[in-house]
Amino acid sequence: MSAPVVIVGAGQAGLQIAESLRQEKYDGPITVLGAEPHAPYNRPPLSKKWLLERPDVATLAIRGPEALQRRHIELQLHCTVTAIDRQAQEVHCADGRRFPYGGLALATGAALRTLPLPGAQLQGIHCLRTIEDAQAISASLDACTAHGRPLVVIGGGFIGLEVAATARKRGVEVTVLETLSRLMSRVVAPIVSEAAARVHRAHGVQLRFEVHIAELLGMSGAVRAVRCADGSEHDAGCVVIGVGINPEDRLARAAGLECDRGIVVDEYSRTSDPLIVAAGDCCARRRADGSLLRLESVQNAVEQGKSAAAALLGQRRAFAAAPWFWSDQFDIKLQMVGLSHGYDQVVTRGDLERPAFSAFYFRAGRLIAVDSLNRIPDHMQGRKLLDHGLSPTPGQLATPGFELASLLQP
Amino acid sequence: MTRVTCIEPDGGTVSVDIRDGWSLMQGAVSQGVQGIEAQCGGACSCATCHCYIDPAWIARLPPPAEAEAVMLTNVAAERRPGSRLSCQIRIEPGLEGLVVAFPDRQS
Repeated sequence: MSAPVVIVGAGQAGLQIAESLRQEKYDGPITVLGAEPHAPYNRPPLSKKWLLERPDVATLAIRGPEALQRRHIELQLHCTVTAIDRQAQEVHCADGRRFPYGGLALATGAALRTLPLPGAQLQGIHCLRTIEDAQAISASLDACTAHGRPLVVIGGGFIGLEVAATARKRGVEVTVLETLSRLMSRVVAPIVSEAAARVHRAHGVQLRFEVHIAELLGMSGAVRAVRCADGSEHDAGCVVIGVGINPEDRLARAAGLECDRGIVVDEYSRTSDPLIVAAGDCCARRRADGSLLRLESVQNAVEQGKSAAAALLGQRRAFAAAPWFWSDQFDIKLQMVGLSHGYDQVVTRGDLERPAFSAFYFRAGRLIAVDSLNRIPDHMQGRKLLDHGLSPTPGQLATPGFELASLLQP
Repeated sequence: MTRVTCIEPDGGTVSVDIRDGWSLMQGAVSQGVQGIEAQCGGACSCATCHCYIDPAWIARLPPPAEAEAVMLTNVAAERRPGSRLSCQIRIEPGLEGLVVAFPDRQS
């Protein structure tokens, strides 16, 4: 491949591409362009541990600046890329700078979905993606504590529920408003949603389902309540909106790369331009059956990053491992592996009440996913099974005393 | 600050000074030690920060908690007596001089 390599995006995926290039002995110039003011950092703690304990943001850094310098990875922060000129092979930045490339990697991440609601501009209304977002939420939670005001979370997905749990731990009253009829419904089976709902309620979180938000009400420019379409009002000292993200594919689309709610890549992270690869939240991966898969996870950023770096060097390295995700909410450690979409049978093992159980998802008799609540061994064994294409039968799982590990013996 | 000697997958040795109270993973990753992925960022959820504690040090560390012990059953590289998840090892002055190696694969 011809140097230099330019990487647009300084998140988990962008960093991984840079480091994998070095591991694969590419020794030409690498420039990583990041729009945010921070070196690559871990986002997952922003809704969990960081928001609870609020340590120095330096603790969030994935790599310190010296570590990047040592590997000759040049990091340009505050650098917003405005266009890709594929003819001239250069990217254009908002500040007028241009970076020529021999190989280009797009790791542009995702943009928060917003709700076009009346009152959305009021103070005290937040989304969560960046360090600054988390700091603003934290400050609002302090204000809620000081004035005895509640938090309203719009959206009963992972981010919303993690923030809800953290806010409760910080002593703030919390109401979660969800449009659908259960929590995390896009990802988990009803039995998992119900267990999570029980835990949230036991910790004092108010859950409201099938509500549609009509308006955010303010007083003196700050939010004071959320009004629903049924006329109900929920008192709010601050509001966190967690309704998902959209892949950030605008640059790629404007440059004429194939995009379909995400930059379309193949299993080797290659885009429709042979000089350009892409990885992470910004991507939609074309699978063997032609369908597109969008994953929003650290694992996806890391594994696609590795494969994108390999592709820049002319190698083929597919991201083949079963996708996995995790969430921490109160004392629930929720670990998910595989994609449960399209399941036709769920078998549970463990104690639903504690909760400490796993839901095993089957399609046509084959295991396709495992969601575990406080059942780490099931998760780890589920990963092994799915990675090796092994499947217990639903009957085996329903048999007390059946050991999953028995399928994994050599 | 506590000094830890890290042996990278290619055999190279890096000495890093880690802030007391940080995890071994945090300290090593932030300073660019190779051979750690730490995909979950230290939540004991992924087993991609696997390390080998030098035999002389194994007994001097608090043993793994249950969650870590279970995660260790599914590390990508060979599991050895000194296998630990580096995100679960809290750095404190008593660990001055700790020697730890990182495997060639984490996932």
